[in-house]
Amino acid sequence: MKYLLIVDYRPGVDDTPMEQWKPAEVQAHMDYYQALNKQLLENGELVGGFALRPPDTAKTVTSDGRTPDVVTDGIYPETKEILAGFQTVDVESEERAIEIAKLVSQVPGPGGVPLGQPIVVRQVMHEFAEE
Amino acid sequence: MSDATIEDLLRTNAPQVLAVLARRYGDFAAAEDATQEALIAAAKHWPADGVPDNPRGWLIQTGARKLLDQIRNEQARRRREDLAAVNDLPGVPVQHDDTLTLLLMCCHPALTPASAIALTLRAVGGLSTAEIARAFLVPETTMGQRISRAKQRVKDTGAVFAEPAAEEREARLRQVRHVLYLIFNEGYAASTGTAVHRADLAAEAIRLARLLPPDAESGGLLALMLLTDARRPARTDASGGLVPLDEQDRSRWDRARIAEGTALLNRVAGTAAPGEYQVQAAIAALHDRAPTAEDTDWPQIEALYSMLDDTNPVVALNRAIAAAMIHGPQHGLDLIAGLTLPGHRLAAARAHLHERAGHRDAALAHYKQAAELATSIAERDYLILRASRLRHQN
Repeated sequence: MKYLLIVDYRPGVDDTPMEQWKPAEVQAHMDYYQALNKQLLENGELVGGFALRPPDTAKTVTSDGRTPDVVTDGIYPETKEILAGFQTVDVESEERAIEIAKLVSQVPGPGGVPLGQPIVVRQVMHEFAEE
Repeated sequence: MSDATIEDLLRTNAPQVLAVLARRYGDFAAAEDATQEALIAAAKHWPADGVPDNPRGWLIQTGARKLLDQIRNEQARRRREDLAAVNDLPGVPVQHDDTLTLLLMCCHPALTPASAIALTLRAVGGLSTAEIARAFLVPETTMGQRISRAKQRVKDTGAVFAEPAAEEREARLRQVRHVLYLIFNEGYAASTGTAVHRADLAAEAIRLARLLPPDAESGGLLALMLLTDARRPARTDASGGLVPLDEQDRSRWDRARIAEGTALLNRVAGTAAPGEYQVQAAIAALHDRAPTAEDTDWPQIEALYSMLDDTNPVVALNRAIAAAMIHGPQHGLDLIAGLTLPGHRLAAARAHLHERAGHRDAALAHYKQAAELATSIAERDYLILRASRLRHQN
């Protein structure tokens, strides 16, 4: 079963911008992700994933063939629940997907404290009818 | 014979086999499919049955049989003719310039760079569709489609499997160099971060560049690749993070690559008007020769950058960075004050120069901006780390 583990812009327990963290904290954060990805890859569970560039670099496109096409810069939503990136995992059960999401959420932040950033777990629908 | 040796043997023979089939049957697209099938058959049978005495002959015969199967299915030809044709084949001499003709076909000007890259890796590099798909992080069906559309497009232009006219040759060859350079850059840029499982495109590009004719600019391109790739072992730290040139452990650079690249560069030197790859290779050689970043021959590097097209903002930026190493960071900042360049590189250069000049706040602001503009995770992480280090300096 494939699941998307989605990260958005909602902060965890500490929303200090990362470039203001201490170098050792930044390094520990990156090392944690690196090690987790490596582990999931070796388990044969990681399908892939993407981190997205910031929302202000996005374009919003509307074209209905009747009114002039509209291409606007950026997405400035009311909430912080906007996609920042996702990983796809292929796992045996929803329990396992949730377990991995917990590991992602526990990534260390300032002071080595787990960030507890919310991770949304969503099952991917099959493209074709299953046997 | 080990599987790795067999794979090497297969991939070395792939372009010649394809060239013979394409020349014999005139249909490049079909010949390319047949060659892939022959390679797959060999990869399956040779490890168990042993490598045949004449590996290339075996591949050509097998490929021809596949091709004829295809033709038979399409045209219902008489079996007797097919067998006669197959028996003819091993005698077909391999033409000297076939590999180049193949490269020119695959890097046809009608193709987009992405299509040319995929087709070149498969037809000349002998990589499978699955391997190429993995290298570019797209599904195999997507890559398969891209390759067959590329072949169709070449076919639609009416291109035949033959060397282009002399007056066209240099322009077409330039296209080939550009495609190989893009493959190299893709591989070199991806050699950091979490992308560790991607196929080694940089090594692939070097392998392909060795097939180019021995003209000065092609030699320059190969030298540039070797001299850049030599630094790869020092370019990432233990956790996959990016290490900039001035912080790299130079004892980890690949001396054999540097020696080969330098020798190659010396051999092609003395050309009346050295091309851009040759000049860039000369710059890479100066970096590779330097014991430290400070002890680099910056005046020579700046002079070499001035030989390149200075209307190109990337060249202007690199030249300014070299000038800043000679005349100080403020000089560099002045030189790039009016520059515009998409991406993060300009902001990152400004951040570095401000940091060296002791402008802490300006440096922090530019690091932040550069991190937001970065298009790769490795670059972004590196810039965030630089900002964090600067902020927490005592």
